[in-house]
Amino acid sequence: MKALRNFLDKQKPHFEKGGKFEKLNSMFDSVETLMYVPDTVTKKGAHIRDAIDMKRTMIVVFIALLPALFFGMWNIGYQHFLSIGESPDFWTMFFYGFLKMLPIIIISYGVGLGIEILFAQIRNHEVAEGFFVTGLLIPMIVPPETPLWQVALAVAFAVIFGKEVFGGSGMNILNPALLARAFLFFAYPSDISGDKVWIADKADAFSGATPMGDALVGNFDNLPSVFDMFMGFIPGSNGETSTLMILIGAIILLATGIGNWRVMLTVFAGGYVMGLLFNLWGLNEYMDLPAHYHLVMGGFAFGAVFMATDPVTAAQTKKGMYIYGFLIGMIAVLIRVFNPAYPEGVMLAILLMNVFAPLIDHYVIEANIKRRLKRLKAVTS
Amino acid sequence: MSTVHKIKKGLDIKLLGEAEKTIVDLNAKRFSIKPPDFIGCFPKMLVIEGDTVKAGSPLFFDKYRDNIQFTSPVSGKVVGIIRGAKRKLLRVIIESDEKQEAVDFGKIDLKAATKESLTDLLLKSGIWPMIRQRPYSTVADPKDDPKAIFVSAFDTAPLAPDFDLIVHGQGKVFQAGIDVLVKLTSGKVHLNIDNKNTTSKVFLNSKNVQVNSFSGPHPAGNVSVHASRVDPINKGEIIWYVGPQEVLTIGRLALEGKYNTERIVALAGSEVLKPRYYKTFLGARITNMISGNVNENNNRFISGNVLTGVKIEKDGFVRFYDSLITVIPEGNKHEFFGWIMPGFNKFSFSGVFLSRLMPNKKYRLDTNVHGGHRAYVITGQMEEVFPFDIYPLQLIKAILVEDIDLMENLGIYEIDDEDFALCEVIDTSKTEIQDTVRKGLDLMRQEMS
Repeated sequence: MKALRNFLDKQKPHFEKGGKFEKLNSMFDSVETLMYVPDTVTKKGAHIRDAIDMKRTMIVVFIALLPALFFGMWNIGYQHFLSIGESPDFWTMFFYGFLKMLPIIIISYGVGLGIEILFAQIRNHEVAEGFFVTGLLIPMIVPPETPLWQVALAVAFAVIFGKEVFGGSGMNILNPALLARAFLFFAYPSDISGDKVWIADKADAFSGATPMGDALVGNFDNLPSVFDMFMGFIPGSNGETSTLMILIGAIILLATGIGNWRVMLTVFAGGYVMGLLFNLWGLNEYMDLPAHYHLVMGGFAFGAVFMATDPVTAAQTKKGMYIYGFLIGMIAVLIRVFNPAYPEGVMLAILLMNVFAPLIDHYVIEANIKRRLKRLKAVTS
Repeated sequence: MSTVHKIKKGLDIKLLGEAEKTIVDLNAKRFSIKPPDFIGCFPKMLVIEGDTVKAGSPLFFDKYRDNIQFTSPVSGKVVGIIRGAKRKLLRVIIESDEKQEAVDFGKIDLKAATKESLTDLLLKSGIWPMIRQRPYSTVADPKDDPKAIFVSAFDTAPLAPDFDLIVHGQGKVFQAGIDVLVKLTSGKVHLNIDNKNTTSKVFLNSKNVQVNSFSGPHPAGNVSVHASRVDPINKGEIIWYVGPQEVLTIGRLALEGKYNTERIVALAGSEVLKPRYYKTFLGARITNMISGNVNENNNRFISGNVLTGVKIEKDGFVRFYDSLITVIPEGNKHEFFGWIMPGFNKFSFSGVFLSRLMPNKKYRLDTNVHGGHRAYVITGQMEEVFPFDIYPLQLIKAILVEDIDLMENLGIYEIDDEDFALCEVIDTSKTEIQDTVRKGLDLMRQEMS
């Protein structure tokens, strides 16, 4: 360990101002701080600081994603072999999915981190850790058969136009990972919707419709059981099918205090309440779908746990979080049931509420300001 | 005791090295008054090196409020007037002749005394700077009539000194100090105590005050928290606040007619071999308490607590308002893959380290920042340790963009930089929040004057 530290210390001057590789400072810095927590000490203000930092925060989210990721890999294999009528052992299925997902993950990280480092260098910042999570989220919310060039394009679009033009991590308005998916959804609709894309190398005769697709066209008899949908034995985007695995991730996020329980809870509540309202209304078969189906179908759970909770793009005040989360749940189900073009509404609901989150916060803060003015008035009058 | 104000949000950081409840003599030779301890003070010297002074002889005054003067805490000789960059006056050092000769200001007849006569005496004796105001934490303006005066009888910061011990047996003096304060305001004097830990009769039997009881984690002992619960500060309003040791100094002036700056200072922290209390005078040099009494490594000496104190040298002086010296290790070490380790020994408010499984563990924390500076990404964190009806992150952002109206609307008058100390500690983005808030307060002060 000493040798490595000495090596880094020796190389450091080359990357600092005036050094040979001055232009690669951000890259060196990101490598150095990845291996060693910096030796900076407090100069102003509090003399001690919490041991948490952005790297630790992000790795917790990363770990929370792993159950869903590994299940997703297995499920890609499982769905593939199911469609061609074979049933090999666990590891064959897992390995099949692993090989399907690995290139997507590599492309996602490669393109995204490349752009991040470039911008960090231009801005003379340290490389922010946000993409550590975004880079894994994107492969998990696209179909297994997404062409790699599309992944690269979507990642580039999301990082540049979703994040860096606003000033980088912490300044963005829309969730970058969802923006990448929305980009694919609108730019290449045939590759991200329909019955063909959800199962890797599907046999032609096999129906590859997701539960969402079935529900959209009214094939309610085709819907898998709630148990299957909860466990995730269904076709879908790579990492979003298993509600169980996502809930394990949610427990990790909540136990460590990284995840936002207010948003998670209210998204689920909003979806469920909307489902119940539709049940009361009962105009068509989709409206009669039991409310809890909505929570285990499609990307609802994944969106609630990993997407809506993004602290940068969510509402930032406590009251705002409740409103924000609840509306996401309601709008997601609303789009599902009423929109004839989009089978799934979670992505659009979250992006829409991302846009409205600052407005919600504005009104919550206005109320606080009004309270203060009222107190002043009570004194002066 | 009627109601207890329960503070729910906050955080008690448990550190090793709490001071034992024994008091020894410090025998300090040198004492110092440091102009930077007084926010917004522009000192003008009244003495030169070599001058002989008594306790209570003026050393310098504030150029913009020339009736506020700062006097020598002990009798002796001025041996140093230390200036920094741009000739900024950093400290005036007095070597004690150990005779404690004091200027005689005459005993106060409390019954006959008026606000004017008391103010004059406090100004002349140099005790006045012990009274500070909110907003801004500057030395109070003698012309103001504060709507209330707050005395906090407890401190909830890490390793804070125990004021019960400090005021022990000084009931008469404390009451005399309170009686002076009562005359300075048309409002109330609030004595704020810890519901559980304040047991001293000196506090509990105080008369002419409203006793308010508080419970909960730090910052439950902060003046802003007390004011927010008892009598919130609105725009244009002023409250004054005084610490318990300062009340004793005022009391001694009333009873003895002298500027008697006796102080008890706690020495605490993980690097101290024998953490305990020292009896001395205001502004004492710390050399005698730490020589042979701290671990031999790279230490940081802090006047005050680890949250809001100021770094001093190992031969530095206790600050004007402090009753605590904390010694903790410096943390200028790289840590190999520190962000990925399970972290049994790491302190964190969040649950990302396994140390969470041991909530009562006491820590030996160093001064490492534990990460790089980032933009504000994580939200909802600060609110958990910030017991005010104020949105901390939004206020910080308003300060960063220097939006005066928004700062005012978001409640900047109700807080002080110390109230943000915990936000700063737990901030994932490693920003310097107290410094930001202080800049915001300074900006408001300039804009409003």
